Amino acid sequence: MKAGLLPKLLFSPSVVVIMICVYGYIMLTVYLSFTTSTMLPTSELAGTEAYHRLVNLDNWWVSVRNLGTFAGLYIIIAMALGLGLAILMDQRIRAETLFRSVLLYPMAVSFIVTGTAWKWLLDPGVGLERSLHLLGWESFSFSWIKDSDMAIYCVVIAAVWQTSGFVMAMFLAGLRGIDSEQVNAARVDGARPWQIYLKIIIPQLGAVFVSAFVILAHTAIKSYDLVIALTNGGPGRSTWLPSVFMYQYSFTRNEMNVGAASSVLMLGAVALVVVPYLLSEMRKAKHV
Amino acid sequence: MSEIQAHITMAADQQSVSPVQIPVKRICLYALLIALAIVFALPLYVMAANSLKPLEEIRNGNLMALPHAWTVEPWLSAWSTAQIGVQPTGLRPYFLNSFLIVVPAVLLSTLIGSLNGYILTQFRFRGSHVLFAAMLFSVFIPYQIVLIPMARTLGILGLAGTIKGLVLVHVVYGIGFTTLFFRNYYAAFPGELVRSARMDGAKFFGVLWRILLPNSAPIIVVTVIWQFTNIWNEFLFGASFSDFSSYPLTVALNNLVNSSTGVKEYNVHFAGAFIAAIPTLVVYLVSGKYFVRGLMAGSVKG
Repeated sequence: MKAGLLPKLLFSPSVVVIMICVYGYIMLTVYLSFTTSTMLPTSELAGTEAYHRLVNLDNWWVSVRNLGTFAGLYIIIAMALGLGLAILMDQRIRAETLFRSVLLYPMAVSFIVTGTAWKWLLDPGVGLERSLHLLGWESFSFSWIKDSDMAIYCVVIAAVWQTSGFVMAMFLAGLRGIDSEQVNAARVDGARPWQIYLKIIIPQLGAVFVSAFVILAHTAIKSYDLVIALTNGGPGRSTWLPSVFMYQYSFTRNEMNVGAASSVLMLGAVALVVVPYLLSEMRKAKHV
Repeated sequence: MSEIQAHITMAADQQSVSPVQIPVKRICLYALLIALAIVFALPLYVMAANSLKPLEEIRNGNLMALPHAWTVEPWLSAWSTAQIGVQPTGLRPYFLNSFLIVVPAVLLSTLIGSLNGYILTQFRFRGSHVLFAAMLFSVFIPYQIVLIPMARTLGILGLAGTIKGLVLVHVVYGIGFTTLFFRNYYAAFPGELVRSARMDGAKFFGVLWRILLPNSAPIIVVTVIWQFTNIWNEFLFGASFSDFSSYPLTVALNNLVNSSTGVKEYNVHFAGAFIAAIPTLVVYLVSGKYFVRGLMAGSVKG
């Protein structure tokens, strides 16, 4: 039905809010990144000065490198573990619901809670290392969280723990949606179960791989809470991510233009991952 | 149980040489699953067990062990006397803050989402596809990009550092999700029902009120759970836009754990983390199916 005045009128507040608070604010932040803003926003333009400063800051490159390490490992491990778990769950097991609940509950809790729990679990003074010492494994050493070269891997561990159950649920839904005819045929031809998975089933999960990748990648770029709760960016700045950099420069180091510039680059990174995905999804939806 | 799996297992059954092999495989499978389940459950167990121990027992003992001398003291401390920032208030006032933020924000954003979903699916107007795409993209943006202008806006509106301000922020950035959920649900709604109601003279609100909403229970539940979980667990907006009086629970918890000077009260931290996790865990346990459905709906965004 063609929309009359009433539907348009009732829809417009949402449109106005989104246009201002999402797209308007994005433009404002982009604008700020070209100004001399320090503690407070100013409108005095300074060209690309903030970007020049950004790319010359060691803190920025530490954050970007950390994001590369974190995102790469997080995406690969969460996907591999999620797929592995989904295949295990798909073996006609008993108490599937119970297992699924245990694997998925971390998704329900806040990253701050996750960070707090893992912070002490990974702490050599009270956590896993100490527990294994008490069990008699005296030489066991696990102090990554205190080591500036290794702390970023602790962020990976906690993030994988939180999300791989979710990735499993995505893959499980994919596994259960596969057409069984080809599988039947392969079975008749005497293919082994692992061959069936590797050659027939997994190649059909392409769409799930793409969705999982997009979700994990944009989660990684936006990650902030977990790092704050787990390591607070430390030791030193060894677990800074661009999100931490942005907050630091915008609100505590009084270099708002640099903070704004960093958030523009974060948005760019997310857009690079998400926009092609959304376009292809919408195109698909139109064809159906 | 999936049909494919049945076939694969049948194939395995047929190939196996001796009948003993199958139980061995199954036992390995269950052993692996149980081991993984233990790893996943471990942090929750550690939080629970150590929140019920005296501090001495954690410092001198094993984090994995059950308490010897059980005590609820850490819970009482986390709830009502622990130091948050400068005040020894415990998490209680912030628990309340989170509810005061979450309840109106969830209700408002769900209401707006249902209205938008209805309008987007049952009416045609120019630009509706583009506007929906714009809302969809807003779901993905890193919120860092809106932080500075939003802080300024809240200041101008006199809402900086207030509960109301946080409600507003969560409603604004929740509209994308809720609209998406309802739009996808109503897009699959049988069109004849809507048409025949219109033929019977139902107007705009009549159709929504008498036809769509009575059939929307599943999507309302999914949306409410999704919004509740997201807003309850949110940290960045809370940390950016609140002050001592309006901290949400996540910010207060982080404050408790990371700003404590002197003796680290691990047991109190674990109790605090558990307190912060309880509402969303309860929602998850009570409505697991809808929680997963929300995750899926939120992940397949087209």
